[in-house]
Order: sequence, then structure tokens, then C-alpha cells
Amino acid sequence: MSVERIPILKMGSTLLVSIQVDMHDQLALQLQDDLTDRIAATGARGVLLDISALEIVDSFIGRMLSNIAGMARVLDADTVVVGMRPAVAITLVELGLSLPGIRTAVNVEKGIDLLAARGLDDRDGNNRDVVGR
Amino acid sequence: MESLAQLIKRNESSILGDWLLRQKETTATRRGLIRDDQLKAQSSEFLNLFTAAIESGEEDTPKWKPVQDFLTELSRSRAVQGFTPSETATFVFSMKQPLFHMLRKSHTDAGSLADDVWKTTTVIDRLGLQTSEAFIKSREEMLSRQQQEMLELSTPVVTLWDGVLALPLIGTLDSARTQVVMESLLQRIVETGSAIAILDITGVPTVDTLVAQHLLKTVAAARLMGADCIISGIRPQIAQTIVHLGVDLNSVTTKATLADAFAVALSRLKLKIQADRGPQSRTGDRE
Repeated sequence: MSVERIPILKMGSTLLVSIQVDMHDQLALQLQDDLTDRIAATGARGVLLDISALEIVDSFIGRMLSNIAGMARVLDADTVVVGMRPAVAITLVELGLSLPGIRTAVNVEKGIDLLAARGLDDRDGNNRDVVGR
Repeated sequence: MESLAQLIKRNESSILGDWLLRQKETTATRRGLIRDDQLKAQSSEFLNLFTAAIESGEEDTPKWKPVQDFLTELSRSRAVQGFTPSETATFVFSMKQPLFHMLRKSHTDAGSLADDVWKTTTVIDRLGLQTSEAFIKSREEMLSRQQQEMLELSTPVVTLWDGVLALPLIGTLDSARTQVVMESLLQRIVETGSAIAILDITGVPTVDTLVAQHLLKTVAAARLMGADCIISGIRPQIAQTIVHLGVDLNSVTTKATLADAFAVALSRLKLKIQADRGPQSRTGDRE
């Protein structure tokens, strides 16, 4: 198995994943494994995926983001992707991956607000909640 | 038998005088675009470079480089000064007559005269064409620079409120412009951490499927970064066009005016604007 791993930090009922290295396919698959294990083990209700250091994405990584959100949803946790860089956003849109099922926020702070607000609403719908409401 | 270069050197002052006279006949100086002494300095400098280059004999040798550079610089400055292309090219072409005049006086043999005339005319024609080319090139550079400036000027991203960005779009949207718009908007979202962006298309004359697609791409990219987009300023005709074209704008909040969009943005931030009813009730404009 690969020695490289992306750390998953637990903050209350939220898991914080900050991707600080270049994602390659093996690492992405490893993260999916680790994250689903951790969600199941901790019963986390939210996953915060910080990709502010991610500079390069391809369609595989784009799909991985979608997959993670889908898996977390099945395990009853909401995923918020935060801090996407402009170039990454443009690339994903040009690839036709606008990640419809994923919630997004500008930075970690807003992402935490978003997850906190979720607890108040009934948790349905694929649409993203408005920050702060 | 004297060479062409020697001939020109010997007759330099008469050629220069004759040439200047011809240049003044053209409209350039009459319109006061260039002073006489300036023209004289340019002409004599060119004649010197030309003589030096023609001494080398061959075409396309490094000796011709100073002549070409001088002409490029001259056309560029004349393009800026407002000369027409033909006036600029006349600078070189008007030298033909003095040169031919000189050749006719110095040659007795018809064969060698024809040779020299042919040689001179090829050289001058080539230089004249270079002048026109440089002139047009500098014009094109000017145009593309202006285009670039206009592109940058036309897409300002303004902060309406803390956390609310607005992007008033004016003029036709094409792919290149949308790219600039998208990049500057996303950059500002990162810088300001704004969660709401308003795209105002009041100034966009027509919306076709391509423009709508560009807009939707911008909205999708902003959403990926965590900012919500509101499209405002949709005029009645454009609303009709969008529906007729079958463009799906359901995923985007749309408002008729920028003011409406701003109101929505404020309410999402849980802010409201209140009328000021005097000092007693002044507990704060925003709650």
C-alpha cells in the first residue's frame, strides 16, 4: 500500500480533509477508502473538503469529488467543498463537470457555517443552502 | 566607370535637394504634420544609410539592416503622427526621380544605364514595400492594444457590499471576453471571499445560445468556488429570446433589475436597508 495518506481531522461532528499535495489516482482512491471508514466509525454528520492548495484537476479527480460526496451522503454526512481555485473551477466547467450534487463554500469558515446551518434545516434537496440563512 | 554608391556620394547634395522638393509636393508637409528641418534630417540620414548599404552591393546582407530599421522606425512614427499609408511610402518612392535623373546625366551607354536603373528601381521598390508593411504593422499593433485595453476596461468587478460582488456587463459577449470576465470575477471572489455575485446584463445588446452558455459557465464556475450568482438586468426582449431559444436558466436566480438582485443578496446575508426616522430611532441602519 502507498505510504502517502491525506490526513482526516475530526472536529466535533465534522471531518476536515485538507488536500495539500498533488492528487494522483492512487491517493484519491486511498482517500475514498479512509474517509468512508472514518465517517462510519465516528458517525460524522459533515465532511469539509479543503482543496485550496489543489492546482491541477483532471476528470478523474473531478469525479472523485463527486464520488466522495455521494458516498458521504449514503453514510448520512454532508460534503462541502471549499476554497476551489479559479483555474480549477474553470477547468472543471470546461470539462463539463459542474458537480451538481456538491455543496461549495468560498473558505473553510463559510463551509463550517454551512454545515452548522444544515443541522437546523431538514436535510433534503440537492440544492445548496444559502450561507448564513 | 563609377559605381552607384560613388555616384550617389558625389551628387549627394543635389539628390537631397531634389528629393526634398519632391517630398514637399506631397500633401504631408502642407498639412503641417512634420517640420521642414525634421524632414531634412530624416532624408539626409536615410540617404547616408542607403549609400552605405548600396556599397555592399548585395541584397539582404546585414548592411541593409540599418536601412530597414530606420524605415520601420520612420513608418511607426508617421503612423502615430497621422500620415496616410501612401504618404509614408512616398518618402521612399519619391527618391526614384532624383536618382534616375542623376543616372541619366552620368551614363553615356544605354546598356549600362538600363542596368543601373533596373538595379535602383528594384532596391527602392523593395524598401517602399517594407515601409508600407511596417506602417500597417504598427497600425495593427495600435488596434490590438486598444482592443486589449477596451477588454480590460469593459469588465470591472465592483464590490457592492461586504460579501456582494457585482459585474456590470456591457457590450457583446464573445468567447474571449467571457473568458476575461470569468477569470476576473473568480479572482475577485477569492480575494474578497464573497459568497454572492451579481451578473448584470443590462448592457448586453443580444443574448443568443452562445452568450447564454457562456453565462451559465460563469455561474457554474462561481458556484464551484462557493459563490452564488444572480443574473440581473434581463430586458423583456431578452427574456423572450431566452425562452424561445429553450435555454434553461432554472438553476440560476434571475432578477429584472440590479436593485432587485441587490435586495435578494442583502436578504441572504440577513441584512436590510431601513429608512432613517430621525435620531431617536437610530439604533443602527443594519440589523
